[in-house]
Amino acid sequence: MILGLFDQFFTPYFAGIPLLAIAIIAPWLLFPTPSNRVVNDRSLAAQNSFILNFAKQILLPLNVGAHKWALLLTALMINLITLNLLGLLPYTFTPTTQLPLNMGFAIPLWLATVLIGLRNQPTIALGHLLPEGTPAPLVPVLIIIETISLFVRPFALGVRLTANLAAGHLLIQLLSSATLFLLDQMFPVAILTSLVMALLTILELAVAAIQAYVFVLLLSLYLQENT
Amino acid sequence: MADRAVPVVEKRLMEVKLGELGTWVGGRDFTPNGMISSVRKGYQRYLNKYIHVKKGGIGGLSMVLASYVVLSYVWSFDHIKHDRMRKYH
Repeated sequence: MILGLFDQFFTPYFAGIPLLAIAIIAPWLLFPTPSNRVVNDRSLAAQNSFILNFAKQILLPLNVGAHKWALLLTALMINLITLNLLGLLPYTFTPTTQLPLNMGFAIPLWLATVLIGLRNQPTIALGHLLPEGTPAPLVPVLIIIETISLFVRPFALGVRLTANLAAGHLLIQLLSSATLFLLDQMFPVAILTSLVMALLTILELAVAAIQAYVFVLLLSLYLQENT
Repeated sequence: MADRAVPVVEKRLMEVKLGELGTWVGGRDFTPNGMISSVRKGYQRYLNKYIHVKKGGIGGLSMVLASYVVLSYVWSFDHIKHDRMRKYH
């Protein structure tokens, strides 16, 4: 039985025990607890500066009321970026290629932003369904379109993350098997494919970080609209 | 020869003589609390030795990542072994 292309996305099992839990807990293990010392060691200093800078950056456009979301957004970002980057190591399993996990991130958080908007400022929240300056005949159509776009947001968030990472992993697998196969047949072409593979790996590193950031950024935008 | 005798169970592993190994393992704390506390102590020992030092290098993190890769290989071997390059599959 040759492995199909999508077998890398199956949940790993070992002696009947699903290893998904270990893959998901991995980011928590990699970030040590910050200490109260004034002068920290290098890793804690790097971790602190990244987290604080990211929190400041993401909270800039938000009202003071939305600053309660600081911890959630920062934790989400750290989690996603670590899960994505760990998945680029050989033989590891990337939980964010699984659609249910990403939908589990996207739907509750999106729903929270919508409900916060409807509860605190219902007029403004509903007013977002009609952009300013639309001509009168277009109003009914546009409201329907904007409602649909509102409801598509969680699916877009989840599927974007899943598709980007899964596609990247698939490409890596295809290119690497092509390179291995071509090593016997046509060696110069194998060098070419390995070059493309090197470039693709750099792209994948960037995509891993960027997709995590985009997820959190869009969520903060939805929050900004609604607070 | 002036040291007091230490009970076998309380010695560190490297100081236990081979003949006393059975007694040592038998006397360890295998309750859930004991096992969890030993995992936490091990985690803290690794952190204090390799990460929380003034000029920690890349080795501290790399050892963790390398062991994660090796463990993932071991865990997925049963699934991956079907992908070996054979003339007849």
